[in-house]
Amino acid sequence: MKEFALIFRVSENGATQVTPAQMQDRMTSWTNWMGGIAARNQLVNGGSRLGVKGSKTVRADRSVTDGPYAEVKEFINGYIIVKANSVEEAAEIAKECPILYGGGKVEVRPLVTPENNE
Amino acid sequence: MDERRLIPELYRAEYGKIVAVLCSRFGIGFMDEAADIVSETFLTAAETWGMKGVPANPAAWLYTVARNNALNSLRRSRVFDRKVRGHLIRETPVSDGSSAHDIDLTQQRITDSQLRMVFTVCHPSIPAEAQVSLALRILCGFTIDEIASAYLTTRENINKRLFRAKQRLRKEKIKMDFPPVSDLPSRLNTVLVTLYLLFNEGYYSASPDKVLRKDFCLEAMRLVYMLTTSQLTSGIQNVQALMALMCFQASRFDARTGAGGELILYEQQDSALWDRQLIDRGNQFFVQASSQGELSRYHLEAAIAWWHTNQTDTQEKWENILRLYNHLLVLEYSPVAALSRSYAYSRVYGKEKAIPEAESLRLDGNLFYHSLLGDLYTGIDDRQAVTHLERALKLAGSAPEQAVLRAKLERFSS
Repeated sequence: MKEFALIFRVSENGATQVTPAQMQDRMTSWTNWMGGIAARNQLVNGGSRLGVKGSKTVRADRSVTDGPYAEVKEFINGYIIVKANSVEEAAEIAKECPILYGGGKVEVRPLVTPENNE
Repeated sequence: MDERRLIPELYRAEYGKIVAVLCSRFGIGFMDEAADIVSETFLTAAETWGMKGVPANPAAWLYTVARNNALNSLRRSRVFDRKVRGHLIRETPVSDGSSAHDIDLTQQRITDSQLRMVFTVCHPSIPAEAQVSLALRILCGFTIDEIASAYLTTRENINKRLFRAKQRLRKEKIKMDFPPVSDLPSRLNTVLVTLYLLFNEGYYSASPDKVLRKDFCLEAMRLVYMLTTSQLTSGIQNVQALMALMCFQASRFDARTGAGGELILYEQQDSALWDRQLIDRGNQFFVQASSQGELSRYHLEAAIAWWHTNQTDTQEKWENILRLYNHLLVLEYSPVAALSRSYAYSRVYGKEKAIPEAESLRLDGNLFYHSLLGDLYTGIDDRQAVTHLERALKLAGSAPEQAVLRAKLERFSS
C-alpha cells in the first residue's frame, strides 16, 4: 500500500449562506466519510483543518502578508492521509469527499518515501 | 456463606491475592512455588476443616497457613539462598521492626500486592494472549482446566502458554514493581487492553459453561474496579471509562443466552432481564470518566454501549451510534468496529446504502462479515443472503452461533 495526501482546496467566494441544519448535515457527511475510510483501514492520519483567519504568508523577500497563500482565489483548507494500492484507488476515495459538494476540489498527492519517490 | 460452595468461592476470591502477597514479598521468581504453596494450603484447609470444622475467619486462616507454609518451604529450600534472599535484601527494606522472615498480611498490603501483580502480569514484553492466560491463572485463580475449557483448547496448550509467559518474566528480569510515573500511561494502557480482553473472553467465549464465562467477566470487573479505587490509577479517565463500558455490557449478560445456552440476539432480548443496577453504576463511572473531557476508545465504546442500554429504536439512537463508531475507527481500526459501523449505517441509511459500505471492508472469510451481509441482503437479494449465511455457517465455531445462522437460513427454505 502507498500513502497519499488528500488535500482539500476551496475557493474564497464559496462562502454562501449555510443554515444550521445544513451545517449539521455537512458534519455528518464528514464523519461518515472519514469513518468509512477508517473502516476499510485506509486512514493513516486524520490530518487537520487549516484555518484561514489569523494566517499569514511569508515570501522570499521576507515580506509578511495577511491570509493564506492563494492561487487564483483558491486556498488549501485541510488534508488527510490515506493508504491505497494505487493513485486511482486513492482518487476513488476522494470522489466521496464532502468538500466536493461545496464546489471544492481534492488534490491527491503521493507521499514521497524511500520506497516511493517517482 | 453456603458451606458446600465455601472452598470454591474462597479459592476464586483469595487464591490470586495470596499468590500476589507471597510474590511481592519474595519476588516474581517465586511465582511457581507460590502457586504450589497456595494450592497446597487449600488442600490442607479442605482436610482440616472437614475434620475440625470451619474456622471463624476462613480467609485469615488461609493467609496464615500459606504464610507459614511459604516460610517453611523457604527455610528448607536452597532456592531461598540463591534466589529469594537476594530479593529480600534488595527489594524489601524491613523498617517496622518485624522479622525479615515475616509476611505482612494487612489489607493494604494485600491490595498493594495485587496491583503490583497486575502490572507485572500485564507487562508489555509478554504477548497479549499469554498475558490474558497468566492473568486468569495468577490474578484470578482459575484452574488450568477452566482456562482450557473457555478457550476450547487443551490443558497442554494453556500450560505451554503460561510456561512461555513465565519464562519471559524471568528472562526480562521483570520485577514486581509499579511502573515509574513517566511510563504509567503506556503501562496502564497495556493493563486495560488485557483486562478488556479478559472480559471479552468471558462475554463472547464459545464455551457452553455459562457460570464460568460470567466469572471471567466478574473477575475482569473486579480488577478494573480495583484500579478505579487505587490512588495510583483512579484519576486516570480511561480506567473509569472501561469500568463504565464493562457495567453496560455486563448488564445484558443474563439476557443474552437462553435456558439451553442458545444465543439471544440484542433485538430479541427481554430487556426486563437487563441489570438496571449495573447500568446505573455504569452511568456513575461514565460521569466520572467524562469530567475532564478526555476521549479514549473506552469512552467511545462506553458511549456506544450506553446507547444500547435503551432498546427502543429511534433515529437519534442509531445516528449517535454511527457517529461514535466513525470516531472510534478514526482513533483505532478494528474489524469488529468496522462491521458494527456498517450495521449502524444500515440502521440510519437503510440496507441498500449499507451493502456497498459493508462490501468495501474487504473482510472476506470473517464470520461476522458474512453474517452481516447475509442480514443486509435479506429482503433485497435473497440469493446473495443465502450465500453469505451459508459461508458464515461454515465459519461458525460454536453450536450457539451455528444455531442462530441455521434459524436464519431456514426462513428462506419455506
